[in-house]
Amino acid sequence: MRNHYSAWSLLRGALTGHRHWSPAWPEAKPKPAYDVIVVGGGGHGLATAYYLAKNHRITNVAVLERGWIGGGNTGRNTTIVRSNYLYPESSRLYDFSLKLYEGLSAELNFNIMLSQRGLVLLAHSRHDLDAMSRWANAMRMNGIDADLLSREEVASLVPGLDMSPGARVPVLGGFTQRRAGTARHDAVAWGYARAASQLGVDIIQNCEVTGFTQQAGHVVGVETNLGSIRAGRVGIAAAGHSSVLAGLAGFRLPVTSYGLQALVSEPLKPLLDTVVLSPGTGAYLSQSDKGELVIGAMLDLFPSYAQRGSFAITQSILAGVLALFPAYARLKMLRQWAGIVDVVHDSSPIIGRTPVPGLYINCGWGTGGFKGIPVGGWTLAHALATGENHPLAEPFQLERFQTGRLVDEAAASGIAH
Amino acid sequence: MMRIPCIVCGLRDENEFTCGGTSHLVRPAIDASDRDWAEYLFFRDNPKGLHHERWRHTQGCGQWFNLVRHTLTHEILTVYAMTESPPR
Ligand SMILES: Cc1cc2nc3c(=O)[nH]c(=O)nc-3n(C[C@H](O)[C@H](O)[C@H](O)COP(=O)(O)OP(=O)(O)OC[C@H]3O[C@@H](n4cnc5c(N)ncnc54)[C@H](O)[C@@H]3O)c2cc1C
Ligand SMILES: [Zn+2]
Repeated sequence: MRNHYSAWSLLRGALTGHRHWSPAWPEAKPKPAYDVIVVGGGGHGLATAYYLAKNHRITNVAVLERGWIGGGNTGRNTTIVRSNYLYPESSRLYDFSLKLYEGLSAELNFNIMLSQRGLVLLAHSRHDLDAMSRWANAMRMNGIDADLLSREEVASLVPGLDMSPGARVPVLGGFTQRRAGTARHDAVAWGYARAASQLGVDIIQNCEVTGFTQQAGHVVGVETNLGSIRAGRVGIAAAGHSSVLAGLAGFRLPVTSYGLQALVSEPLKPLLDTVVLSPGTGAYLSQSDKGELVIGAMLDLFPSYAQRGSFAITQSILAGVLALFPAYARLKMLRQWAGIVDVVHDSSPIIGRTPVPGLYINCGWGTGGFKGIPVGGWTLAHALATGENHPLAEPFQLERFQTGRLVDEAAASGIAH
Repeated sequence: MMRIPCIVCGLRDENEFTCGGTSHLVRPAIDASDRDWAEYLFFRDNPKGLHHERWRHTQGCGQWFNLVRHTLTHEILTVYAMTESPPR
C-alpha cells in the first residue's frame, strides 16, 4: 500500500524507525495494449496521465520515458512559475496553470514547495519602463496581478542591486507579479507520477519510443526498445525531442531545438527572497531553499541536442549577474548544465491534434514550460480523452502557423530568443 | 565553446559568430498556398544529427558561409561558401 504523506505519518515514522515507508510508485512493465500512451515522462507527460485518470476516468494509460522521469527539462529548469504574459489567450492559459499550482500540493498529497515569493522584472532604460507599463497594464486588463515599481521599491525588494550613480546597468524601476514564485521541479514530476500511478497509470522508465505503428493512416501503437505496444490514442510530450518523434510519425513541426543553460552557486545564507529577472542582461536568478543562487541564462542560439551549454553564454550571463549584483563577485559556481528546449516562432505552446489521426502533441513551451505543466497536462488529457481541443488550448493549435494567427509572446517569455 | 572555421579567417571562437539557421531553404513562388508558405517560414526538419546551416562571422570579417554540423556532438564536418550547393 502506498503511504499517505502527512505530519501524522512522519510522526508515526519517527516512533517506529521510519520502516513503514513504501516506494512512491511501483515500477511497471509494459502491457500489450493501453487506451492511451503518453510519450515522454517529463512534467507535461506525467500531468497528462494524471488528468486522464482524474478528470476523464481513463486509467488504462502508460507513460513511456526514454530515461528517468523528470530527467529532461522538468529536472533541469530554474523552477519559476508566473503568469505575466501579454495576450488574453496566454493569460488565460498560464493563470489557469498557476491556479492549479496553488492547490497542487494538497491535490497530489506531495509537497511541491510552491513559494509565491514574487517576481521582480527590472527596467534598465526609459524604453524598458514604457514597455513594462504596457506589459503590467495588459496583465491587469486580463485580470492578473501586476504592480509597477519605482526605483526605490525595487531597491527595497531586491537587496544587493547596484543602485549607485555609476552602476554599469542602471535600474530605473520595474514591475512585479506577487503571485509568481518558484516550485520544486523534481517534486512536480514525482508528485504527478505518484498520484497518476495510484489511479492505475503505468509509469515505464527506460522505454524509448522508436516508431509509431500506423494502420490506414491512423496511429494504433508505438514501437519501443521493450517491444510494440498498442494504443487507442497516443500523446507526445517530449519537449526538445518533439521534432524527432514527429519525424518518426511522418510530419514536421515549426520547432527548433536549442540548448538553454542554468547554473547554481555554492549555498549561502538567505539573501534574496524574490525572483529577479533582468531582460536587459538576459540574466534571471532566485535563491533555492538550500541557499544556492539559481541563475538562468539566455538560449545558446544555434540548433543543439547536446544538453550542455556553451561557455560563451555562461560567461556573458555571469557578467550580467555581476553587473547587477557586484557583491556576488567572489561566489563560486557549483554546477552548470543545459536542457534542450523546443522553441517556436511565437514562443507559445502547441497543444492538440497532429496531422496524423490518433496522435496528439504538447510541445513548443520552449524556455518556459515548467509553469505550464498543470495546464499542459490538463489540456492534452482533454484532447486525448475527447478528441476535441480544450477551449484554453484552442488558440494554440498547429494550424496557427498556416493561418498566421500567432500568439507572439516573445517579449513576455522572459528570455531573449 | 565551439571553435568555428570561418571560410575567410579560419578557426575562431563561437562567440564571434551568429547562427543564421537552416541553409538552402527555397522561397516558394508568390502565389504559393498558405501551407507552403508556412512550411517555408516556420516548419523545419530540426534534425538530431547532421544539419546544414548558415553562420556569419559577425565580430570578424562579416562573411556569411555554410556549415555541416552535428547537432548532438557539435562536430563540424564541412565548411562551404554561400553560393555552393550542399556537399553530398
Ligand atoms: C535551463 C532551463 C531553465 C528553465 N527555466 C524555466 C523556468 O524558470 N520556468 C519555466 O516555466 N520553464 C523553464 N524552463 C522550461 C521548462 O523546463 C520546460 O518547458 C518543461 O520542463 C518541459 O516539460 P516537458 O515535460 O514538456 O519536457 P521534459 O521534462 O524535457 O520531458 C520530455 C521527456 O521526453 C523524453 N523523451 C524524449 N524522446 C523520447 C522517446 N523517443 N521515447 C520516450 N521518451 C522520450 C525525455 O527523456 C524527457 O524526459 C527551463 C528550461 C531549461 C532547460
Ligand atoms: Zn571571418
